[in-house]
Amino acid sequence: MSASSSLAITRAGGRGMPLRGDDIDTDRIMPARFLKSVSFDGLERHVFEDDRAADPSHSFNDSRYSGAGVLVVNANFGCGSSREHAPQGLFRWGIKAIVGESFSEIFRGNATMIGLPCLTADRAQVQALQTLVEASPETVIDVDVPSGVITAGDLRFDATLPTAARDAFVSGQWNPTAMLLERFDEVRAVAARLPYIKSFSAHTASPPPRS
Amino acid sequence: MAETLFHKVWNAHAVRQLPSGQTQLFVGLHLVHEVTTPQAFDMLRQHGWTVAYPDRTFGTIDHIVPTSVQRRPFLDVMAEEMATSLERNCRDAGIPLWTPDHENQGIVHVIGPELGLTQPAMTIACGDSHTSTHGALGAIAFGIGTSQVRDVLASQCLALDPLKVRRIDINGRLNPGVFAKDVILTIIRRLGVQGGVGFAYEYGGSLIDAMTIDERMTICNMSIEGGARVGYVNPDAKTFEFLRGRPFAPQGAAFDRAVNWWKAMASDSGAAYDDRVTFDAAAIEPTVTWGINPGQSVAINEPLDGDANDEAFEFMGFRPGSRITGTKIDVAFIGSCTNGRLSDLEAAAAIVRGHRVAPHVKALVVPGSRAVSKAAEARGLNDVFTAAGFEWRGAGCSMCLGMNPDKLEGRQLCASSSNRNFKGRMGSPTGRTLLMSPAMVAAAAIAGEVVDVRTMLEGVPA
Repeated sequence: MSASSSLAITRAGGRGMPLRGDDIDTDRIMPARFLKSVSFDGLERHVFEDDRAADPSHSFNDSRYSGAGVLVVNANFGCGSSREHAPQGLFRWGIKAIVGESFSEIFRGNATMIGLPCLTADRAQVQALQTLVEASPETVIDVDVPSGVITAGDLRFDATLPTAARDAFVSGQWNPTAMLLERFDEVRAVAARLPYIKSFSAHTASPPPRS
Repeated sequence: MAETLFHKVWNAHAVRQLPSGQTQLFVGLHLVHEVTTPQAFDMLRQHGWTVAYPDRTFGTIDHIVPTSVQRRPFLDVMAEEMATSLERNCRDAGIPLWTPDHENQGIVHVIGPELGLTQPAMTIACGDSHTSTHGALGAIAFGIGTSQVRDVLASQCLALDPLKVRRIDINGRLNPGVFAKDVILTIIRRLGVQGGVGFAYEYGGSLIDAMTIDERMTICNMSIEGGARVGYVNPDAKTFEFLRGRPFAPQGAAFDRAVNWWKAMASDSGAAYDDRVTFDAAAIEPTVTWGINPGQSVAINEPLDGDANDEAFEFMGFRPGSRITGTKIDVAFIGSCTNGRLSDLEAAAAIVRGHRVAPHVKALVVPGSRAVSKAAEARGLNDVFTAAGFEWRGAGCSMCLGMNPDKLEGRQLCASSSNRNFKGRMGSPTGRTLLMSPAMVAAAAIAGEVVDVRTMLEGVPA
């Protein structure tokens, strides 16, 4: 693979931002009206826009956490819509890693593909980290991607990444397109074996509109 | 060896194991729409990649289309920019696109099955989490993000970790007034909004066997609300009859060959599952969400249960111990990829016929596609709805997600046949959504408040 090592993500760190609550969905992270754009540029301005307006004490309004690099969340973070705009907005805001109890599958996959590791840990440890950051926002959280060890002040615990995601970050191959194109003859071979590609392809549909 | 459909389809589409340990999986059908693709096409251009299989890719414009005035250019300049961007990208790549003025236009998850593009044992990807809908025909369908849309455009492949399979059996028969929507809301309530993470849901049992494809689509559609990225039903005689004669379905001898393959790809009896759960259909009641995620629901006559300090109670303005019946609504919405098909409109119309929408309620019916709209009009359903005071709109995603002019205002409370009751989902940050079946939405529209649809079934043919 070319240019992989320069993209390797082995450490992520910075001050933390606790964001308490289970089942925080992607509509809340990035309300749908901000998806009405042909680019991801500027999405950082709209992260949690409605939650922030409703709650002046929301973590993303709290100046103690400005410039944070590690978001600390609870269970099922990023559930709902598959909009990549949600992790894009967080990443562009400055979040470099998310530590939480659990994540929705699509959100975690989307985050991985833009180089934003989402690590899981036990509820008690995540809450202890949230409490620590709330008490001492200046605490620097260190995320060691290969081992999953999280260190913050006196806290030190193991967090987990899916093996494939961990390896992808460490090797720098978290953007898989080039890899998927690498042995394209094998892709064609699979397509050729699938009966529906050729054998069933006779249909009555009028020539599709290729506008 | 006995295998599930999921594993057979996975193996048939696996290209190779990637160095990361993930599987490179071939995607048989890629559906694209205007919201999650413009950045993916940009990334392709930046790298000098082209669309690998434009003939396995189909586009529609659904999320941003206005349902009242559908003339181009759209009044909303940003919506128009998104539409023209997809038109340009599809034209440049040779991807067939059904523009809003085309008779095949509609919500991507409605038109795929309707046109026969969606077929059993196919892998399908679309930049939309409700892609699980297509599993109703026995496809393995993944909702994906924009970077994955880029991957599929460039390579027709996804890099994925395999899923476990949970078999969910629903046995027995539903009582009158209970619908597929109530079944999936009950499943999500029991298994949780996170219960399906890491799983594909295989739905079966005598109830699913007896269900129409439309009903199965409602079930599979909301798999993602239970955390499961993929949901499916094994293809059977109903699936084959549904597909026979559809424009993009195989024809003649090819159809027979296809049926043989589809049958062979269904889960074998005796296949091993990672988990099994069983539900009794007769115990399922009309179900309504009261909170801010689709797992926060109650059977219509149950008291609300939970911690009063929960943000859901605060946001919704409800109290634990109270009942959802009698809650005054402001808006009634019938539509979406969950419940915007002809049978959904028929079920709602059966309740509406001969009644009037309560004066304080704004009520909308939004067909899931132009074909649904046309079929409904041929049956006179539009007249039933408009005579009752519903607005009869053009096809699109409409109020389900607040990306077009159809939105809640302020704290309005909406009885909705859609799929998500998240805070702000319907376009107003403080707007509130109660998810329920289309018949229950119709009943609420007439009563002006949440009611048990079973009290309105007299005279409605079963």
